[in-house]
Parts: sequence; structure tokens; C-alpha cells
Amino acid sequence: MTDNNIQGRDTGWRKALREEMTAKERTAIPRVEMPMLDGAYRVSCNDEVNQGLSFEQAVLEATRCLDCPTPTCIEGCPVGIQIPDFIKNIQRGNLPAAAKILKATSALPAVCGRVCPQEKQCESRCIYNKMKKAPVAIGYLERFAADEEIARGVDINTNKTKTNGIRVAVAGSGPAGLSFAGEMARRGFEVDVFEALHEIGGVLKYGIPEFRLPNSIVDAELASLRNAGVRFHTDTIIGKTLSYDDLLNQGFKGIFVASGAGLPKFMGIPGENYCGVLSSNEYLTRINLMGAGRKGFDTPAPVGRCVAVVGGGNTAMDSVRTARRMGAERAIIIYRRSETEMPARREEIEHARQEGVEFMTLANPIEYLADEKGRVRAVRVQRMELGEPDASGRRRPVPIQGAIDEIEIDLAIVSVGVSPNPLIPDNIDGLDVTDRGTIAVDENLCSSIPAIFAGGDIVRGGATVILAMGDGRHAAASMAEKLLADAKC
Amino acid sequence: MNRIIEKEYFSENVVKLVVEAPEVARARKAGHFVIVRCGEGGERIPLTIADADASKGTVTLVVQAVGVSTRKICALGVGDTLTDLVGPLGRATDICLHNGTVVCCGGGVGVAPLLPIIKAMKEAGNRVISVLAARNKDLIILEDQVREYSDEVIIMTDDGSAGRQGLVTAGVEEVIQRENVAEVVAIGPAIMMKFVALLTKKYNIPTMVSLNTIMVDGTGMCGACRVKVGGKTRFVCVDGPEFDAHQVDFDEMMMRMKAYN
Repeated sequence: MTDNNIQGRDTGWRKALREEMTAKERTAIPRVEMPMLDGAYRVSCNDEVNQGLSFEQAVLEATRCLDCPTPTCIEGCPVGIQIPDFIKNIQRGNLPAAAKILKATSALPAVCGRVCPQEKQCESRCIYNKMKKAPVAIGYLERFAADEEIARGVDINTNKTKTNGIRVAVAGSGPAGLSFAGEMARRGFEVDVFEALHEIGGVLKYGIPEFRLPNSIVDAELASLRNAGVRFHTDTIIGKTLSYDDLLNQGFKGIFVASGAGLPKFMGIPGENYCGVLSSNEYLTRINLMGAGRKGFDTPAPVGRCVAVVGGGNTAMDSVRTARRMGAERAIIIYRRSETEMPARREEIEHARQEGVEFMTLANPIEYLADEKGRVRAVRVQRMELGEPDASGRRRPVPIQGAIDEIEIDLAIVSVGVSPNPLIPDNIDGLDVTDRGTIAVDENLCSSIPAIFAGGDIVRGGATVILAMGDGRHAAASMAEKLLADAKC
Repeated sequence: MNRIIEKEYFSENVVKLVVEAPEVARARKAGHFVIVRCGEGGERIPLTIADADASKGTVTLVVQAVGVSTRKICALGVGDTLTDLVGPLGRATDICLHNGTVVCCGGGVGVAPLLPIIKAMKEAGNRVISVLAARNKDLIILEDQVREYSDEVIIMTDDGSAGRQGLVTAGVEEVIQRENVAEVVAIGPAIMMKFVALLTKKYNIPTMVSLNTIMVDGTGMCGACRVKVGGKTRFVCVDGPEFDAHQVDFDEMMMRMKAYN
């Protein structure tokens, strides 16, 4: 999409904005601080921690952007958002234009503005880094523009694209599936999304807690996709409820499999099946999706006074922070490497610390102990030290001989990764699967069955929301090209 | 939303529901289960499919009121709806023609998921002997349907109010001693399956059990349903629900089923 009035570095208004201030003046402005709730207060509720920028803060932060002739930030974005275009529209106060630019490449900007690891992507490529200064807060600005769009209640997707009559199906309504659905609807395809659970949104609903991503934000993005003509079906498992042949018989010409991460990994240590030892998937699903522990919800909540969360990723941080909100007096991250190696976002680690989470690094659980009823009562941890770098480039943790501690706990949440969901690979004949259990795809994300494309965690094994969305976008481009070529024959 | 079109009380706490679910009715096979949710704040609970009619687009569920959710479901009437029903889940039963008798034993409401297996075993050409067990006469369910597909039916009750007095294992052992039994299928309370497994292990007869553990999503995502089978942790929802009875760690399974009690 190019719109001469809102996009392009050579438009008159953009030139005028650049001439308003020198680079020196811009770089002298300090990076905006995200307003947030106080740590002690936020463990008492599920309110969103980051409160979002004010209009004035957003405009000032947008002013920091130097509007580089070759903006490297875009290269850091998995979906290639036209970053300076939207930022400069914020600076001049044209928020609908900023939102329109975001929506042109991302189906879920309000989600991405919150959960993308911008510090490793767009912001890591910002020119400010070369000047040893904090990069432009691209993520905060993205969220600001998207939230303003939602608040205005005007949806740019209300102008539906004229349908081309070609039906496509999506298995899974997480980030990859939603991004694909948005892209295909925009191109005029008739899109039906099938979700196994009773709620649309995948990991955005069952996994990421509301204090990081409120459900109302996800729902607003879903409403926008519905406006664009996307149809959603809950309680439907592709490969089970509807077979591949059923979909073909219903007239679907292409299928995008975005069924996500499945089986939680466990460590295979003694006592891991005791009551009170559970996966982060189970813990977060019970609380986020099923409302466990809240009035009017029947699902029982796993509650502990002293909760150990094993792992150092974002899911581990989500779990340990949820445990604090569920009333845990002690909530401890147990991680086998040091904090430097933790894969979680720095922001999440900092937020967890502000909320009173304890960090026990260089420690690896080796056994759980239980009471006479089989309920976990302690975890034994092996203390570690860092040795030589391993295949991942991170220093390998090695056990310190004899250094074993026993920590009293009454709940343990295992957050050491997931394997791909086996339901679709197991139930569609002829679909090639890698030895890791992921669906094998070519560079166009096409599987061994020409009508089936796949992306997100079912292909990657376990990645981020934005990489999944990038796959959805990529698969949509290649499937659309193929189906339109087929239609001409 | 799935509408209930038929309801029958098997006993005070055991209800048969015929529910509209056309896609599931068409896709399901013996051994499959569904996840059901009742009410917007309802739990997701697994229920095995007792029967299905693809032409009418219905599945039959047999529910025993034991907890919050099953009580809610049992209280629903004809015309009411289940908020959600998703499936068919799990792996279907491996049905084949055996060189010898197939003994199908069901305890309590376990007879409901057993019925489609009895049917399929019979249709595959097997000699099928069914052993139904319950505390008393009133808790024996689906006897007529089981008789229709069985060469012989043995009823066992704790109090002797129907059939013979004694446990399910007595009925199974009687058959084992008098004829060549090729496979035993046991579905019922964990403790019953455990003792059937111990019995058939003694005689070295392949035995299959269907496990009904705690589940949340039922699609392989949460791991709540994990059990140890042959020393390895397996997920009942995607690896099961049927397993080699001689490999299942029933004691651990029974402990885990009390996780939220």
C-alpha cells in the first residue's frame, strides 16, 4: 500500500518535519519512560503493568526519530513494518494514518506493540545504538498508535475487499493463523479459521497473561479481522473433527496449518509426576483461559504459598508473575544458567523483580520430594557454574560437585519448552514431518502436500508471536500467488 | 453450542445424553472421547463417546454426577445445550480379528465407552464375552445393548443383587480358565483396571485399558493427563486414552487424579 499523502520520505510534510529540528536537538531528547503501575499494587490484581504513552509523550518520542534515508529498523522487523512512516505520522498528530500504515503489514499491531521483543528486533537496529544512546521506543509508539485506533472505535478494515471467491482454511487462531487470515482477507480470499479451543486467539488468550496483554486488546484485533470478512469456528480440530478431505469437499483450495506448540516438555527427573508439579502451559491455561480461582469459574486453580518456576524464558516469567498474583508468598525462578543467558525479555525480568520474584540462577532441579499423599513438598536443586560455551554460544552450565540444596515448595511449574502439537501431523496422511516433529516446509512455507502451507510454532518448534506472524504473512503471499495462478488455468 | 435431544436416567446419578454434534458423530471411532464444557465459567472435562449416529448427527454420552461439572451436565434437560463439545479426541481402539476370545470388562459407567469397543470387536468377527460389574443391580448400565453384541455376558455385583456376587476379576478369571482368551479390554474405575491388569498379567494375556485422567485442553497442550506407561511419561489425550494395562503405573495415576481434591 502506498498513499502519497501519508507515506514516503519525500512528501512535503515529512520534509518540513525534518527541517523543524536538527539531529543534535533530536538526539538530546531522552528516551521516553513507559508509565507503569507500582509493583506492590500490581501483584494484587491482573491490571496491565504498562499503562501506555500519553499523546504528548508519544509525539516527543516520535520527534526523536531521525527519519533516516535508509532506515535499518525496518530490516529488524520480521513483518517489515514501515517504521519511520508510522512514527512521523504520530509526530505530526495524524494517528489514523499511523494506524493505517501499521495495519498494512501487521494484523495485530496492538498485540505486537506489547509482546514483540523490540530490543532484539527493530530497536536493536536503530541508528541511536551507534551513537551509544537508547534507541527510539518503536514498540511503545506502535502500541500507542494501535491503541488510539481501538479507542477511536473506527476500523480501517470495514471497507471489505471484493471477494475473489476462493476459499482458504486456517487451522489455529494464534498469531500465525490470525496474521495469515488478515493477509488473505485483504487480498479478497474467503477465510475460515478453525480453532480447537473454545476461545479464539491461541497463545494470546491461553498463554500470555492479561497483565501483559489484556483480552480486550486481543478481542479488538479479532473484531477488526471479523470486519474484514474472516469467519471463526471454535471447537473444531483439523485432522480430527474435520479431515483434510472434508476441507477439500467443502471447497477449500488452500489450508494454512498454524496449530502451534503442543506437548509441554518435562525434565524427566524423579518425582516430576507428583501432584503440584505441572507445566506452565497447564498453569497458564487454567488461570488465563479457564478463569481458575475467580468467582463464577469452575476450573480448580493450582495454588501454592511457595512456588518454584523452572526455566528462564518469557513463559517462565509469565508463570512466576502469575503465581505472585495468585497469592504466592515466595515465587522463585530456578534457572540453570546465569541471568545473562536468560532468554526472557529484560523488561519481563525487571517487572518480575519489581513484583518480588526471587531469582535462583545457576541451579538445576534434580528431584521433587512429596508428602505421604503424593503432593510436592520440596525440590532438590543442583548448583551449577558456567563452563565452556556450548553449541548455542552460551556458556554451558556444569554441576558443582556436592552442591545440592533442598528448597521447600508446594507448587512447581515446569517451563522448559514445548514440542510441536502432534494432532495435525499425526492425522493427515502424506504430510512430511521433521525428526523434531515439526511440519516440513519449503522456502514458500508449502508442505509436502501442495494445498497445505504451515507456519509458526508447528514449523519452528517454539518461537515468538512476531515470528509466527511473519510466517503467516509470508505463507499468505506464497499461497495467494499459487491459488491465483491455479485459478487462471 | 450442542443441543441435548434425548435424556435417560440409568440410575439416580448416571445419565445418558444424546447430543447434536454432526461432525463429531461422523468422524468418531470406538475409543475416542470428547471434551465438554457446561456454562461460560465451566470446566473442560473429558467424556468418552458411548455411541454415535452419523445419519442423525448425534453422539451419546453417559455421565455420572461426581463433581461440579458432571452434576451441572446431569442437571441439563432435553432442549438445553452444552456450551462446547469438541472432538473426537484420542487414538481410536485398535480393532482386529483375534485368534481367541476377547473379554471386555466394564465397571460402573466404564461400560459406556466399552460398548462401542464391544460392537467393533464383534463386527470384526471376534468371539466376545462381556463382564459387567457394579456395586449393585441398579448401577449395571447398558446391559441389553451389551448383550446384543456379545456371545456371552457375565454380570458381577458387590452385593449379589444381579448376576453373581463378587468382583469383576472373578468373572474374568472364570473365562480365562475355561477358554483361550486372546485379549482383555478393561474400562472402569482406576482401581478396577489395576486389578484386572494384575490378574491378566499372571496369565500373560494382552490387556488394554482406557484411562480417564484429569485434562484441561485435551489436545496435547497442558500435560495434566500425564501418566507413566512402561516407565515413560505419556499423555493420555494424544498418546491414549488406551494403553497396555501391564505397563500403566496405576498407583501414580490414582494419586494424580486426586490432585485437586
